[in-house]
Amino acid sequence: MKIKRGDIKYVARLARIHLTGEEEELFSAQLNDVFSYMDKLQENDTVGVEPCVHIPSSSNVLRDDVPGQSLSSERALANAPEQSVGFFKVPKIIESNE
Amino acid sequence: MNNICGLSAYQLKELIGKNNIKAVDIASSIVRRHDEVDGRISGFVNFDKDAVIDRALCLDNLADMHDRGLALFKVPVVLKDNICVNGELTTCASGILQGFRPPYDATVAARLKSAGALLLGKSNMDEFAFGSSCETSYYGPTKNPYDLQRIPGGSSGGSAALVASDQTMLALGSDTGGSIRQPAALCGVVGLKPTYGRVSRYGLIAFGSSLDQPGPITKDVRDCAILLNVIAGHDKLDSTSADVPVPDYVQSLSGGVKGMRIGLPKEYFTQGLDSGIKVKIDAAISVYKSLGAIFKQISLPHTEYAVSVYYIIGCSEASSNLARFDGMQYGYRYQSPDGRCGLIEMCMRTRGKALGLEAKRRIILGTYSLSSGYYDAYYLKACKVRALIKSDFDKAFNECDMILTPTTPTPAFKIGEKIKDPLSMYLSDIFTIPSNLAGIPAISLPCGYSENGLPIGMQLMAGHFEEEKLLRAAYSYEQNASWNKVKPVL
Amino acid sequence: MDDIKYATTIGLEIHLQISTRTKAFCSCENSFGREPNTSVCPVCLGMPGSLPVLNKEYLQRAIKTALALNCQIVGRMKFDRKNYFYPDLPKNYQISQYAMPLSRGGFLEIMTPAGIKRVGITRVHMEEDAGKLIHDEGGCFSLIDLNRAGAPLLEIVSEPDIFSPDEAHLYLRTLKSVLEYLDVSDCNMEQGSLRCDANISLMPAGKKGLGAKVELKNMNSFRAIRQALEYEQERQARVLSSGGVIIQQTRLWNEKKKITELMRTKEEAHDYRYFPDPDLNDFIIEQSMVRAIEGLLPEMPQVKMNRFIKEYSLSEYDARVLTADKHMADFMEQSVKLYPKPKVVANWLIGSIQAYLNERNMEFSQLHIGPGRLVEMIRLIDSGALSNNMAKDILQVMLLSGKSAGDIVKEKDLFQITDKSAIAALAVDVLQSNPKVKDDYLSGKKNALGFLVGQLMKKSQGKANPVAAGQALKALLEGKS
Repeated sequence: MKIKRGDIKYVARLARIHLTGEEEELFSAQLNDVFSYMDKLQENDTVGVEPCVHIPSSSNVLRDDVPGQSLSSERALANAPEQSVGFFKVPKIIESNE
Repeated sequence: MNNICGLSAYQLKELIGKNNIKAVDIASSIVRRHDEVDGRISGFVNFDKDAVIDRALCLDNLADMHDRGLALFKVPVVLKDNICVNGELTTCASGILQGFRPPYDATVAARLKSAGALLLGKSNMDEFAFGSSCETSYYGPTKNPYDLQRIPGGSSGGSAALVASDQTMLALGSDTGGSIRQPAALCGVVGLKPTYGRVSRYGLIAFGSSLDQPGPITKDVRDCAILLNVIAGHDKLDSTSADVPVPDYVQSLSGGVKGMRIGLPKEYFTQGLDSGIKVKIDAAISVYKSLGAIFKQISLPHTEYAVSVYYIIGCSEASSNLARFDGMQYGYRYQSPDGRCGLIEMCMRTRGKALGLEAKRRIILGTYSLSSGYYDAYYLKACKVRALIKSDFDKAFNECDMILTPTTPTPAFKIGEKIKDPLSMYLSDIFTIPSNLAGIPAISLPCGYSENGLPIGMQLMAGHFEEEKLLRAAYSYEQNASWNKVKPVL
Repeated sequence: MDDIKYATTIGLEIHLQISTRTKAFCSCENSFGREPNTSVCPVCLGMPGSLPVLNKEYLQRAIKTALALNCQIVGRMKFDRKNYFYPDLPKNYQISQYAMPLSRGGFLEIMTPAGIKRVGITRVHMEEDAGKLIHDEGGCFSLIDLNRAGAPLLEIVSEPDIFSPDEAHLYLRTLKSVLEYLDVSDCNMEQGSLRCDANISLMPAGKKGLGAKVELKNMNSFRAIRQALEYEQERQARVLSSGGVIIQQTRLWNEKKKITELMRTKEEAHDYRYFPDPDLNDFIIEQSMVRAIEGLLPEMPQVKMNRFIKEYSLSEYDARVLTADKHMADFMEQSVKLYPKPKVVANWLIGSIQAYLNERNMEFSQLHIGPGRLVEMIRLIDSGALSNNMAKDILQVMLLSGKSAGDIVKEKDLFQITDKSAIAALAVDVLQSNPKVKDDYLSGKKNALGFLVGQLMKKSQGKANPVAAGQALKALLEGKS
């Protein structure tokens, strides 16, 4: 499988990362190396193998429905790059050109 | 008083017990040591001397009310920069988290505080723990105390270098694919990755959530047990935390290895293993034999796939875990020169600009592995092979009590040597990755030095929740080999 | 438009906010209408390092809902991450269920004019809510309130078994009724605790398969859903009839203009990259737990309706109306406990009270009076103290003010005149002032009595007992006094 620069562009968009042309170039080369190394995985016969997505360190972990401490709005917003009257403030979504 | 810094946590505790040394004196020694050596090592990020002294003064005030029964009373501890401390800068050594002060404590941080530890500050790391060399840090690389031209390992390189250079007694790291053990090995200290679920991940900024574990980096095995005693145990705030009783790990140190069956997986003793490392591992095996351990050849047949499985799963999880860094609620936000850019543009530029190259590479890799059309071939396939790797270990532990391997295929490499070649960097984690995939505990401890004086580490792995066994075996070896007494010349 | 007929297929997707005390994965209060960003913590803010822990009550209510919708509860469920970027989604992924949801394969029975129809429920699954994004009209920024982020939701997905906007409306009413019986949610569309998206596709009648699916969003009431579906049905038929093609797309309902507008086409659809959330291990759902919850399920509307028919000897129509709304059914049952003549109570509920609510577009739950008030009023009728007509007027006052019938009567001096001598005096008066009508009666026009009773009632300002009035007039006319 060959990763093209277009694939990198598409994935970068999905991941919401702006890449420079140089980065796109670099990543498509490097990820080709990495993925062709990883293609070795296909050698394994995994028919009937249950995928391991976690280490089953626990199960059925549940919390009682009892209210606990929330943060004050000052603390919740303390790290915000911009805020306004108790809200996080962000630029508007510009639909047309975005 | 300067010799305080050379002590282990255990020795310091004894000294405090005898002479009732003030925390502020300990803090002053640490600050002096920091001023003396950290300019060359760069192990700390955001080291705030005044804050350290203030915290020490607080502990001294507490001393009147509190008994010295607290497990780590006045003992200096460093936290890796991906562990949240309420109100303290916590940046994962990333540009995107500049200025971020979490409004809460990680469970491990809270436990250290309640144990009376003297928190020194944050240690350097690879950005978001993405790396094996500390070179991807926003703050620049940390240097190996044994050779300032070389990397300290990563991603918990700052913690390992600070312990090795006597700038702290204890440190916490986090280990996703070897990030505690590999730097511990390369810096000549002890590092333990606990069983997945043994130590709470709450407040540890996630890389690969199904792989991450916080754990101790210490000067010797006894300190490792002391620190694990404080941080291990069930946490209601972490759904993956195991509700399994915690033994007293210090108590479990003695007992020796007589009759213990130790497996040597043949897959770890072939691929490109440095001959100097081979010699030291063989010597360690001889020590164990002399102590009554029994060695066995075993096989972990899927080892060669571990790196691929790890990078696919780790990067997939990371791509999702790091999606929250978007400039909305905290951290860096891109400002367009004309001040008029839309939200999506702001988000893309923020991430493009403030995430480092390796972070972007891994997010792209992970996003790709999960994206429509590739999920089955990459993410799902990797999870299936992960199951095979896990069952390799289950089978192996039917035949032996423990597995012994080198921690790394080579000693510390030079700064800049591998940074341009991600694949070769990824392959340097080959011996440490499998235990994360299987969720089993593993420890790295010094087992000698290379011809040019670089530390070499040996790794022991055991079954789930068998940290006691690992610590006992490591302690037995350390008592007989005493590599922990060697210090770098700085 | 030509006369090609099209078959419409509709599927509905409901998002229901579950009214637990705390949020889905953290212990912040799950409440509506607070100051912005005050019911938030590191977990629901998606702060780095924070981790989710599932609310037990949320799981139990989810199981309860799935069971009431006849779903199969799985033995093992997982949570998945649905990855997409949006500023109201603090982690930029939503904890949801994809591959192994809580439940599948249920159904809901609806009563159509053609009889009972079973609408399949594909799945009921659990997921967390997002926060709220407030757009500054005209400005260049938006504001985010994360109080709602992490609130517990259920997604209830129907099969494409619905064939008209009317059926969709019926399905929603029935579903809402079931959900209210379960008492798991406020089911308030205005406050967003019940939200509905719809899929609609058209095919020439008689052809197999489904046409391209159009997803409709942004409908804020059941009426809007019906209107949007009707609009879309017509729009698609028009496009198809004129030889056009419908492509898969998402459209937004514009409530002001009463039209649907294109939001995005399939090519722009999201690639959500679902994968199991590594922060939440699997949940094993024991059969014993499911059985226990099943044992606690309340009586469902259909069952209650049948019981009302049997126990109260009501018509099917009456029983259906009374049980469609849980609050009304509860009112009925409590009233009958106090006053064991079900038909009388039912008539008041279905008649005057329902009419009052309909006129004001109110829900039964917004009623000001309780069963005790209604029963007191009925007893006043029984005692003869109130006429039926007086009671109707008084009931209006009761419904508006919440006061008791007795108090209203006292205030207005409305007690019915039952005193025979008082009525007789009025009767004499009426006959004297209406000699012509009196003669009509005496010459055999017996229905003239009605007029005379009316006159007597008027004189008494409605307070005379009409039966007693009739008797008194008759006695005078026929000389039997």
